[in-house]
Amino acid sequence: MASLSVLNPVGFPPKVTRKALAPRLETLEGKTVYLVDCRFDDSDIFLGQMQAWLNQHLPGVRTILKRISSVYLHDDPTTWEEIKSRGHAAILGVGH
Amino acid sequence: MVRSVAEVNGTPGLRQVFVPQPIMGKTPAELRAYVDGRDPISGRPVMEGVVRGLTQPFDAGEAGPAEFDRATPRLVEPDSEENLHRLFLANRWTDMLPIVLPTEARVAEMLAHTRRRPDEIVGRMRSTHFREYWAYSVEKVAVNAVMAGARPEYFPVILALAASGVTARSSSSSAMAAMAVVNGPVRHELEMNAGTGAMGPYNHANATIGRAYGLLSQNGQGGSVPGLSYMGNQGNSYAYNSLTFAENEERSPWEPFHVQHGLKAEESAVSVFSGVRATSFTLGLRERYWREHVRNLLRGIDPNGPPTLLLDPIAARQFVDRGGFAKKDALLDWLHDNARMPAGEYWDYQLVQNYIYPRATFGEEPWATWLKAAPEALIPMFRREDIHVVVVGGETNGYWRIMGCNYQKTISVDAWR
Repeated sequence: MASLSVLNPVGFPPKVTRKALAPRLETLEGKTVYLVDCRFDDSDIFLGQMQAWLNQHLPGVRTILKRISSVYLHDDPTTWEEIKSRGHAAILGVGH
Repeated sequence: MVRSVAEVNGTPGLRQVFVPQPIMGKTPAELRAYVDGRDPISGRPVMEGVVRGLTQPFDAGEAGPAEFDRATPRLVEPDSEENLHRLFLANRWTDMLPIVLPTEARVAEMLAHTRRRPDEIVGRMRSTHFREYWAYSVEKVAVNAVMAGARPEYFPVILALAASGVTARSSSSSAMAAMAVVNGPVRHELEMNAGTGAMGPYNHANATIGRAYGLLSQNGQGGSVPGLSYMGNQGNSYAYNSLTFAENEERSPWEPFHVQHGLKAEESAVSVFSGVRATSFTLGLRERYWREHVRNLLRGIDPNGPPTLLLDPIAARQFVDRGGFAKKDALLDWLHDNARMPAGEYWDYQLVQNYIYPRATFGEEPWATWLKAAPEALIPMFRREDIHVVVVGGETNGYWRIMGCNYQKTISVDAWR
């Protein structure tokens, strides 16, 4: 059977550099945990329930429910900076 | 999908916990049950996963920096025609319809129809805002054009579409397609159809230019794979040729679409729309209630997908005769003024909540002003600049339709000859 040579249609990917993740906390006790609402499909209602669970079961954890500054299509460096400076951990809630 | 996005953003070790679908529309009590319940992927209690995710140390090497490259060779491993067709299907490089295999000879023939170098980067695409951009060269566009069955003389139009950087393969769960409108002399050079059957499937150039745009999008951006990089819940048959057609400039009562957007009538151009999902239609404009009928059509589309009217020339002339819209701008003004709904109803739309409400709360106009309106006050459904009109059709009747979609940009075809 004749062998054909054809070109690959796939584009050129960017190199992905893995980002170092923040070290995990030894305990959540006494720490501030942000719950970040990406403002999509009622994620605020969901995170409100998660916040209630944390307040009920881990009362030593300070929780802050934070809505991003616009839609998820835009980066939100102000919010990320606030979490870095005032918080110890963050949970990002993506509703769908 | 979630894991793939984390990986391509450089955070493959990101801790993730899942709850059942959907979040949208559930009561707080139902969502509390999600929180109290188990992760459907791991089987563990959701909150146990959350706490472990925040406190469990990483394994060695899991959190440190590393780099990975997914570049593929220029040529596919030689094989029989039958096996190559199987390979292209298995790799999801097609739209599941038969393709023309991109041999070096066929690609060279395509490349001969532009003065641009094969290795010139035409643009970059990604399937959504939170994924990474991939780049593609003139040669990569030619490969996909061959696969689509396009004739080499169509290549400058396909390059212009590629240069838009607007993907025709969005990963949105709303199952978007793209739409492409061709204007200027190139319509006649390529024997494109602006008349009867223009929107498909009755013209080779319309069909294959749009198909090439779709294939280039999915391959140029690194894939469009259900569950991984495509989440369109119902799919969209408009995506087969990205709804590509020529405007019927000769029978339109108004200036061509590309002239409205800054090009000269004698220039050739293609205009790209994204987010094509909703269609509503009617026949003509009745003397007594045409205004109400048009308002009804406009009310039938989602406020987050603004209207582009696709008017057969008969319907276009009826808008001129009945409404006195001698200029297209006058019609656009009227559409903006008449597409209204109560503010309370508008702000309660899920997509308005997702995409527009956040911008309104941060003062972006005109939405910030609309947000102040009383719930029963009638507010515009769309921004004036998001409403468009294109004339297409063969005057076999005065049917016309509205596409809910987003105009993105108009690209010169001549620049890619």
